Amino acid sequence: MPELERHSFDVLVIGAGGAGLRAAIEAREHGLRTAVLCKSLFGKAHTVMAEGGIAAAMGNANESDNWQVHFRDTMRGGKFLNNWRMAELHAQEAPQRVWELETYGALFDRTKDGRISQRNFGGHEYPRLAHVGDRTGLELIRTLQQKIVSLQQDDFKEFGDYEARLRVFQEFTVTELAKDGDRIAGAFGYWRESGRFVLFEAPAVILATGGIGKSFKVTSNSWEYTGDGHALAMRAGASLINMEFIQFHPTGMVWPPSVKGILVTESVRGDGGVLRNSDGKRFMFDYIPEVFKDKYADNEEEADRWYTDQANNRRPPELLPRDEVARAINSEVKADRGSPHGGVFLDVSTRLPAEEIRRRLPSMHHQFKELADVDITAQPMEVGPTCHYVMGGVEVDPDTGSSSVAGLYAAGEVSGGMHGSNRLGGNSLSDLLVFGRRAGAGAAEYVLALKDRPVVAEDIVTEARATALKPFQQEGGENPYTLHMELQQSMNDLVGIIRRAGEMEEALQRLEKLKERARSLTVEGHQQFNPGWHLALDLRNMLLVSECVAKAALLRTESRGGHTRDDHPSMDAEWRRKLLVCTASGDGVSVVEKPQIPIRSDLLDLFDRTELEKYLTSEELS
Amino acid sequence: MSYQGKFRVWRGDDSGGALEDFTVEVNEGEVVLDIIHRLQATQAPDLAVRWNCKAGKCGSCSAEINGRPRLLCMTRMSVFEESETITVTPMRTFPIIRDLVTDVSFNYTKAREVPSFAPPKDLAPGEYRMQQVDVERSQEFRKCIECFLCQNTCHVVRDHEENKEAFSGPRFLMRVAELEMHPLDTADRVDQAQDQHGLGLCNITKCCTEVCPEHIHITDNALIPMKERVADRKYDPIVWLGNKLFRRS
Repeated sequence: MPELERHSFDVLVIGAGGAGLRAAIEAREHGLRTAVLCKSLFGKAHTVMAEGGIAAAMGNANESDNWQVHFRDTMRGGKFLNNWRMAELHAQEAPQRVWELETYGALFDRTKDGRISQRNFGGHEYPRLAHVGDRTGLELIRTLQQKIVSLQQDDFKEFGDYEARLRVFQEFTVTELAKDGDRIAGAFGYWRESGRFVLFEAPAVILATGGIGKSFKVTSNSWEYTGDGHALAMRAGASLINMEFIQFHPTGMVWPPSVKGILVTESVRGDGGVLRNSDGKRFMFDYIPEVFKDKYADNEEEADRWYTDQANNRRPPELLPRDEVARAINSEVKADRGSPHGGVFLDVSTRLPAEEIRRRLPSMHHQFKELADVDITAQPMEVGPTCHYVMGGVEVDPDTGSSSVAGLYAAGEVSGGMHGSNRLGGNSLSDLLVFGRRAGAGAAEYVLALKDRPVVAEDIVTEARATALKPFQQEGGENPYTLHMELQQSMNDLVGIIRRAGEMEEALQRLEKLKERARSLTVEGHQQFNPGWHLALDLRNMLLVSECVAKAALLRTESRGGHTRDDHPSMDAEWRRKLLVCTASGDGVSVVEKPQIPIRSDLLDLFDRTELEKYLTSEELS
Repeated sequence: MSYQGKFRVWRGDDSGGALEDFTVEVNEGEVVLDIIHRLQATQAPDLAVRWNCKAGKCGSCSAEINGRPRLLCMTRMSVFEESETITVTPMRTFPIIRDLVTDVSFNYTKAREVPSFAPPKDLAPGEYRMQQVDVERSQEFRKCIECFLCQNTCHVVRDHEENKEAFSGPRFLMRVAELEMHPLDTADRVDQAQDQHGLGLCNITKCCTEVCPEHIHITDNALIPMKERVADRKYDPIVWLGNKLFRRS
């Protein structure tokens, strides 16, 4: 057995997207020795795919905007299931986090007076999204990456070593967290390139691993999104909340088949694009739910006027929150009013001049031209719902990002609560920055206050190594690719955008069988850059997380945000007061109800009573 | 709509390797990366390939297809004849790790050598004011997805290992230009470009621009303007004389 590579750090950050990098910057700025561990190359994380923008109430485009309005929009978008404290911190701190990016070198699109331009997006009352064309995620990741490099340059000047206090381990997968008693003690994993194992000893671990979309067949998510952080947290004893809420983004590409699911940014609609069915009808007017009737235009004339006069007109219904639009598209397709390849038409070509489309939506123009032979300045796009985001995740303390396990933190998509039952577009990138920073500070303060450092016992290492190598030692088992495809098909068909009790029960039975088969997977070849082996290890996480989604979804007998039950179609105020909490039990998942924390009264006062009546029970209102 | 496509894929590691022949199903609308994935799922489960977003946004799946540096995810199968044999090889400029995966650490080393953005010290967060027209020049360069195809294709390093030390490559010379043209950057980038990053080695053959999947005008908008600034500073006789008189150099 080759000797184990060992490292010791103060803070480990798992994941190098927006949340992970912001957390690492914060921990390092607290003077702590910090490592970032990421599955891809540095700078390639899934954040890079975010298109539309970062929501922050800076008030550059409309002076009436402020954090209270942003807070209200966020709570409405999440159907009031949000952790109110997270929604409050997020709305208050997002502007500072965006301005800070400019000091790192970010170049956002500008207003006429030279400030950061802000665009419209679904569910946001005012133009609020700071953006760079439709490649905002790339700007965010590159800016944070370059800030990390800048901190490394400072360390080089001071210590003669770029990596003295901040080191990135790229193409590295963590398979287990290690604990010393009740506390986090480190992490174990392997270099994807060589397959060699590494033990990290560290008293604090920040999970920033993103989402779980790769458990679904049609998804906008990249291969990295296998629910690693969700599963690592559960296996370490932490709890997950809100796992039944999955966001299906209304507009993913539907053709050609190989790109099915790839995201078409909401900015297309924010900038004037409209949805039509095969009859040429702008069908969204038929799908404005009762709770939003006073905020959305019920006719095309008013909707079109809104783009130039937002004070005197209601918003176009194409800009309803994502869950509403996704369900509407789903219904149109089911009613045989869909496009040739099973979506609907999204048209911006008749709404803006070609030059303007190329300027505002360059990467959409490029993506459709290159991948689908469609010129969006002249033709409509075909779009349909795609699995995009998981609202659920590690249950954390809002202020510090701490989980229930000492030393374990989570930020970004892997954490739960901030977005309630449905996330607004643009609130993800701001979430990453606000809570990435808070988790970095939370972990740093925890480490600085420690009296003694935890130690990783040798038997943990032996066991983690054995688990990771198991797929090589079995013969005649199944190929991980086959199992992965079956898992994706089951989750897509049975726990997808519209759910029914019977189908979810069937999904759970299938998951049991898949778990059984996964125990005897066989992988060919050796440990060096072996994608079959990598998938075999990731599958374990996907299966655990999928079970959380299916079990919680079966229990929640109402429809809310990213959880739509055909057999329980309405929203139930009693359910708003309950969270479903998932923990690991044996090799499965147990789910229990837990009361939701009541919203602080001064925050409740930000809403009209008539609006609150739509969401809260009479007992809560009295 | 499906057909059996013929592929030759380089397989091996740092000790050597060879092209291996495969016949594999190809369906309508697919890209080369889909075919590589089908090979993994059906014939070669340990075939190593780097990829991530599959939408041309992350720049992970760079390789050479029929000898041309390209992204595997943005190369549609429909650009080839059905009878054509398609050869997929790793990027040539970087050391092989395994199969289609190369060691691109050269680029991360060069990235670290470019001094970071230096904002004005008296400007607080939120006080930055810049005009759209002034940020657009650097914004074009910030479209870069760091696929490193330009680095791979640049002949200064592609066939000259010995130049790697002195030459940062088009990607990072463009990064220097981006900072130089940032309206609020306070550092002096011109001498750096020439002295630290090897701008002088570039002889503007535009190969980098040609392979850029983001269609950034690397040569015209970044490299040539930087060369002009260097020429103004270093080779303008009046500036030269001024520098001598006031002992700036």
